[in-house]
Amino acid sequence: MRAMVYRGPYRVRVEEKDRPAIEHPNDAIVRVTRAAICGSDLHLYHGMMPDTRVGMTFGHEFVGVVDEVGPSVQNLRVGDRVMVPFNIFCGSCFFCARGLYANCHNVNPNATAVGGIYGYSHTCGGYDGGQAEYVRVPFADVGPSLIPDWLEEDDAVLLTDAVATGYFGAQLGDIVEGDTVVVFGAGPVGLYAAKSSWLMGAGRVIVIDHLEYRLQKAKEFAHAETYNFAEYDDIVVHMKRITDHLGADVAIDAVGAEADGNLLQHVTAAKLKLQGGSPIALNWAIDSVRKGGTVSVMGAYGPLFSAVKFGDAMNKGLTLRMNQCHVKRQWPRLFEHIRNGYFTPSDIVTHRIPLEHIAEAYHMFSAKLDDCIKPLIVPNA
Amino acid sequence: MPYTSDKPKQAETAEELRARIPGWGADLDPKDRPSVPKERFDPTLSGAHWEFPERQEEKWPRERSIEHSMLTPVFGTSCPPKGLSGVIRKYAYARYSEGRAAHWLLLVAADRVDTAESTLRSFATLRPDNPITQTGVLSEVRRHGWSSRVGRKRVDTGHQLLDPIIVGAPWVAAGLLGYAAIRRLTRGRR
Ligand SMILES: NC(=O)c1ccc[n+]([C@@H]2O[C@H](COP(=O)([O-])OP(=O)(O)OC[C@H]3O[C@@H](n4cnc5c(N)ncnc54)[C@H](O)[C@@H]3O)[C@@H](O)[C@H]2O)c1
Ligand SMILES: [Zn+2]
Ligand SMILES: [Zn+2]
Repeated sequence: MRAMVYRGPYRVRVEEKDRPAIEHPNDAIVRVTRAAICGSDLHLYHGMMPDTRVGMTFGHEFVGVVDEVGPSVQNLRVGDRVMVPFNIFCGSCFFCARGLYANCHNVNPNATAVGGIYGYSHTCGGYDGGQAEYVRVPFADVGPSLIPDWLEEDDAVLLTDAVATGYFGAQLGDIVEGDTVVVFGAGPVGLYAAKSSWLMGAGRVIVIDHLEYRLQKAKEFAHAETYNFAEYDDIVVHMKRITDHLGADVAIDAVGAEADGNLLQHVTAAKLKLQGGSPIALNWAIDSVRKGGTVSVMGAYGPLFSAVKFGDAMNKGLTLRMNQCHVKRQWPRLFEHIRNGYFTPSDIVTHRIPLEHIAEAYHMFSAKLDDCIKPLIVPNA
Repeated sequence: MPYTSDKPKQAETAEELRARIPGWGADLDPKDRPSVPKERFDPTLSGAHWEFPERQEEKWPRERSIEHSMLTPVFGTSCPPKGLSGVIRKYAYARYSEGRAAHWLLLVAADRVDTAESTLRSFATLRPDNPITQTGVLSEVRRHGWSSRVGRKRVDTGHQLLDPIIVGAPWVAAGLLGYAAIRRLTRGRR
């Protein structure tokens, strides 16, 4: 089969690989019909995530058709159209039994601090991902769901991570009616987080980025008030100024490890790999939120330390909430919201790229060219 | 104003927001949201029909965190450790817990060694690594690299200049080493 393969920092190619096999009785093999590149893939692509091996296939956002099932699979049949959450989870461990699917203890031998994620380095379990023609899906009775008839494939693939994560990020903000919410990052996760903040009753939603075209999308898609941090000497002071010097009630970090805005932080983290991630946006969130407020961290950081301003967080009495998203837990409600027409996830898709051209897609998405917001990958295009 | 007790006035009322934003307030009740409460005990909800999953066959000694008491029943089988990078990885797992910086720094070092080893190995195949096609840099033309950057207020264009150095440095180093080796060989002949 054809599959994207990592060759080293900033280098990927498409290779002929063996079709994955059933390795466990509850495995399924899914033929991928749509995949996507996520902001998280950039952390791998830039070589920031420890134990990212040459030869791995990335991709944790994908939907497809069940091609083969293991002997113990009861809930899926060959031919079913399925959407697969980015989390790999057993459904039965201490954590899964409590709904913490992102923190499953039975799927990742490489680390106890991280759950299992498709195509996301050995630190997340060493599974190949879905930027390929076929992918192995463990715990087929637990993870995947049938794609509802009314749901477009492009919307379904976005629900496997970005939509669910943005929605989860707004929930971890513990928003109450009338709250002012500031979202750092106008990528897919930030856009969905901003839109979701309104669903939870926010009174004001502000989005910060330095890419004008993405801020424009935040205005249109998420009805947000936007600021380009490149235009301000000190974005934290600006946030204070526009909130009566109180600060926002809730801040959401939807940027993560590659955050820009401070060259030293960015270069030590993203280029030199001396930090787990560059915490610029996280620090801005901590400093922009009001005392007693909540910071929700959706941005991903590596397992090494990062220079986070914990002193400020402590002195301000902040609540810091964070996790990888428990994707499947969000789906029933998100299905309702999408059916009700509150928003259409695929409105933020800018590119549909054949798998064969994935190296260009990575470069474009990483360097933010061609006003790219969300690239989908189409195998067999 | 934080200097007095009242919350700043909201610019728009709930009715105005509901009219302007589709779905505003659909999840208004903080208790009625899918991730609330954070932990909700319900072992049957997930669809799992086992108390503990069957075990996947271990076809080679699978490296694992020493913070685990056993190999997890299911695990990924992509890219078994190999070469010098594999030795470093196995040592990082066997010796240091996730709590130790050495664990992660060794793994990052192994990643760099893996890249070098794999690139060298690729030269012995019909498909050697090609930094031009693999970096997708040719999309700079088709995807408007110039107009996507110039004249915009984005702040990342400066450090993007470092990217070709990060990609290119090992190739330059390998070239210089190769050149030095050839010179030494030819000198030895003379
Ligand atoms: N918690 C989870 O489950 C989960 C799931 C998916 C993605 N993520 C993480 O969410 C983050 C965002 O993902 P994405 O797909 O939207 O990525 P993306 O790269 O498309 O978006 C990041 C955005 O942040 C902007 N940005 C950079 N520095 C900034 C700063 N200092 N302040 C404000 N904005 C800044 C960038 O210009 C970009 O628009 C990533 O770190 C990703 O790993 C987490
Ligand atoms: Zn992701
Ligand atoms: Zn589990």
